[in-house]
Amino acid sequence: MSILRFFSSRAARPAVATAPIARDRLQILLAHERAGMRGQPDLLMQLREEILAVVSRHVALDPEKVMVRMERGKNVSTLEVDIELPNESGVSLAATG
Amino acid sequence: MAKVLVVTSGKGGVGKTTSTAAIGAALAQAGKKTVVIDFDIGLRNLDLVMGAERRVVFDLINVVQGVAKLPQALIRDKRLEKLWLLPASQTRDKEALTEEGVGRVIADLRTSFFADAAIIVTNPEVSSVRDSDRIIGMLDAKTVKAEAGERVEKHVLITRYDVSRAARGEMISIDDILEILATPLLGIIPESQDVLRASNVGSPVTLNNPASAPARAYHDAMRRLLGETVPMQVPSERKGLMDLLRGRRAA
Repeated sequence: MSILRFFSSRAARPAVATAPIARDRLQILLAHERAGMRGQPDLLMQLREEILAVVSRHVALDPEKVMVRMERGKNVSTLEVDIELPNESGVSLAATG
Repeated sequence: MAKVLVVTSGKGGVGKTTSTAAIGAALAQAGKKTVVIDFDIGLRNLDLVMGAERRVVFDLINVVQGVAKLPQALIRDKRLEKLWLLPASQTRDKEALTEEGVGRVIADLRTSFFADAAIIVTNPEVSSVRDSDRIIGMLDAKTVKAEAGERVEKHVLITRYDVSRAARGEMISIDDILEILATPLLGIIPESQDVLRASNVGSPVTLNNPASAPARAYHDAMRRLLGETVPMQVPSERKGLMDLLRGRRAA
């Protein structure tokens, strides 16, 4: 094995220990999963349903043009609902919230 | 034109999830639009290995049951724009998967081309090789393709190949595995701390440390999948000067 490859493979290796990253990721994930298992409804999922229900009362929306993204964090989670509204409904805006 | 690859094994714990993430990322890096799908219903982990565990909204069962459309359920990788993940359901069991429903999802994903292939992940130890043999038998007899009289293209991927144990003659040799399974070899992935580090941080090893030995082995395997001829490297011990000076590195 060449010296160059030897050094390049070492250089590409992260210098930080990865186990603490694994622990943090697991703690956040498991906190969310355990909450779900205790029968608490997933708040974000519920919000999504209700937001869509409210919007669809006012405009005809294509359920396929709705993108929902989530980011579950340690202290804060975000729910992003991206609704594409057809122009003929008289409203031309994209709601993100 | 899409190709559907199933990554399977007889035994659990041999590296299907890790290999799926690594090969999926390698394919995306090579410019191929790639969707990795977790079929481990009830015990998903591909999301975690891909670092997308906090972003799961919908899952495969939702798509199969029509609750969500495929584009809504696909999670786009934040690092590679040609890579998507379709996670498994964590709360349902696999009874919720119907053959027809899964067929519809796969048909949605591929456009017109129909070419199935299987990657059988195998570790160089007796129980894994035995179980791989059973799975190969099932692939030849029980798949939709087999029942239609067609053959499923099969490849064996040997993972967790421990160089020092091989040097001591403690592992079944590659040649013996291939002779027993009578299936072409896709690649040999060395046992490596780089794989563990990549899982820890939620990044496929081919992305997390492309220069590492397992990443290069996965990358070669990906090129073979695409039909390229790549010489097979049997991992061997690298005794560089620095290795001799510092001894074996701990994790």
